[in-house]
Amino acid sequence: MTAAPSYLSGIRRLRDWLLTRDHKRIALLYLVSITVFFFIGALAIALVRLELFTPQDDLLTAETYNKAFSVHGIIMVWFFLIPSIPATLGNFLIPLMIGARDLAFPRLNLLSWYIYTLGGAFTLYAVLAGGVDTGWTFYTPYSSFFSNTHVFAAAAGVFVVGFSSILTGLNIVVTVHTMRTRGMHWFRLPLFVWALYATSAILLLATPVLAMTLVLMAAERLFAVGIFDPVLGGDPLLFQHLFWFYSHPAVYIMILPAMGVASEVITCFSRNPIFGYRMMAYAILAIALISFMVWGHHMFVSGQSMYAGMVFSLLSFLVAIPSAVKVFNWTATLYRGEIHFDAPMIYALGFVGLFLIGGLTGLFLAALALDVHLTDTYFVVSHFHYIMVGGSVMAYIGGIHFWWPKMTGRHYPEFWARFAAILMFFGFNLTFFPQYILGYLGMPRRVHEYAPEFSVLNVLSSAGASLLAVAYVLPLFYLAWSLRKGRHASANPWRATGLEWRTSSPPPPLNFGEQLPEVSEGPYAYDPDPKHGRR
Amino acid sequence: MPMTRTPNMVGAESQVRHSLPGQAHAATLGMWIFLVTETLFVGALFAAYLLVRTVHPQGFILGSRETDIVLGSINTAVLLTSSLAMALAVDRLRADMAGAAARWMVATALLGLVFLGIKGVEYLLDWQHGLVPGPHFRPGGDQAPGMELFFFLYFLMTGVHALHLFIGIALVAIFAVMLRHGRFGAGLSAPVENLGLYWHFVDVVWIFLFPLLYLVHRT
Repeated sequence: MTAAPSYLSGIRRLRDWLLTRDHKRIALLYLVSITVFFFIGALAIALVRLELFTPQDDLLTAETYNKAFSVHGIIMVWFFLIPSIPATLGNFLIPLMIGARDLAFPRLNLLSWYIYTLGGAFTLYAVLAGGVDTGWTFYTPYSSFFSNTHVFAAAAGVFVVGFSSILTGLNIVVTVHTMRTRGMHWFRLPLFVWALYATSAILLLATPVLAMTLVLMAAERLFAVGIFDPVLGGDPLLFQHLFWFYSHPAVYIMILPAMGVASEVITCFSRNPIFGYRMMAYAILAIALISFMVWGHHMFVSGQSMYAGMVFSLLSFLVAIPSAVKVFNWTATLYRGEIHFDAPMIYALGFVGLFLIGGLTGLFLAALALDVHLTDTYFVVSHFHYIMVGGSVMAYIGGIHFWWPKMTGRHYPEFWARFAAILMFFGFNLTFFPQYILGYLGMPRRVHEYAPEFSVLNVLSSAGASLLAVAYVLPLFYLAWSLRKGRHASANPWRATGLEWRTSSPPPPLNFGEQLPEVSEGPYAYDPDPKHGRR
Repeated sequence: MPMTRTPNMVGAESQVRHSLPGQAHAATLGMWIFLVTETLFVGALFAAYLLVRTVHPQGFILGSRETDIVLGSINTAVLLTSSLAMALAVDRLRADMAGAAARWMVATALLGLVFLGIKGVEYLLDWQHGLVPGPHFRPGGDQAPGMELFFFLYFLMTGVHALHLFIGIALVAIFAVMLRHGRFGAGLSAPVENLGLYWHFVDVVWIFLFPLLYLVHRT
């Protein structure tokens, strides 16, 4: 089995990576790049959590603090979370899962990585040249008239990286439409593919609006024309509408792929077919659709019309329905399953729990009256970190573990992986649960000092963040170790269904042998009979 | 510059796809999806236009009257004619008349250049009349803020349109040369058809821009 050439064999020179058109190698390029950005973004927030260890301003000045959380937000949203699962796992797995030899446009795929890198270069320049202090939201007129920091470079980075998202989304949509193998009907697609398909649709429809919004903001800053400035006849709400038209769906760009990963992992490690496959697929599409109709809930206190607020509130509540369908179906998949607590499963179960808490607190924020109390407090910060970090990042790292044997041909060390997963879960809750309470008690976000009575909860949160840091660094070491020392993986170490497990680990350059696989049944044909022990 | 192939990628190109029609189908779908993203891209500008015009109806009327209706109308005719030329190029290529197709594409590119030339003259006149937003914006009175925002959007929208047209002209020119070298034919017309889709899209955007910018309550 080791004799067969894999997509990793024969790589000698740098250009075998930099000029590759193989979706699997491009996925690894993304994996390395977004990991670098993840740790830069994490470093920025480490400074923030250190500053918040005490109520006084003893480590960072107010300006530096603003820059630290802005850089954290910009990097984590656009250079880590949005590309995380789609550009790494999605890139790697979609052709394998639908039985294709590559994505529809291999060169465009490589181009999108270069665009990502260019956008990253702009952002790193903005950071090194002195930073940006607008927050990741670039709200006008602060960003366009008042901030003296590197707004242009930061906005250029976000503008550029958006085109990388668009190209990735376009590639995925066209691939799923045109390159499914014989017998792979739409309702035989793995839920991961459904999730990435819906995500790509959002990327395509939302990202261009953000790009134009940033152009308008930059033009306002450059020419001092006040399209967003009420003093000059403009309207600041216009910026917020356009920005959140992108940035609310962007939340679903981050969470839908995570739902896809969780679906694959939970069904595999409970040896049960996924409960309600079709409903799961419809729920994904419903979430993607509703995601475009709720942006106004970010603006309840911004002065938009009360009636608009009521409609947006109602529509925001609607998102809870398909989300709940998914949580119930994951739970039902576990029922009478043969559950194995391997590391990917621990991550996936952690994802479900944290997503549940994050989702339910989202209902607090969708309620008009309560939101007035909670807007701009740590409650909001905690809510979206439960979704994006507790949800998306847990699922992303779980997915990396699940498909690590496929990607590298090696097993990760199981003990350390489980240890990191559990540490991540507890570290995360210790970091962010206190922030719900802090926010409810009224501690505002984005301020570098706070009233002394908030001290205990902030110390707890900072302590949790240090646990979380350990949990994030650990996989870096043991996964790197496993590349050379890990146990060799068979083609299908988890006894999983899905076409990606029908080819060798790591896969050959063209994914499958002479013949592409054919599909004759739906996904997740797991046999829950406990007599078939997995090991 | 052709990409270097690694040893294990030799022959990959031909094996990735099932068939040539499949490839053409994928490329056409890709172009339509790209045009959807373009629609959203300019859509943000149309949304901005809608809001600002609602706030400053009078400023937009006065601003629109300052635009050059004669040059704008000529340009509209020029661009619509260029779309006709592009459509004829695709039609000739489907009939496997590559030479005629190439000539129509040259005509398309030239008409596009005429449009950009006229647009450049218009910008120059606008600048001389003090219609460029900023410290030198000339119109005064209580409608000045609305007029300035009108011209801000006017320059941004027509500028974004001109940029797209410029890219289109470059691509049409390149494709015309490739046609002469026999790179496309009746069996391989999808790339030219997709470029045609792009060209018509740029045209359609102008069809919306023209009344919104030049014809606001112009009596």
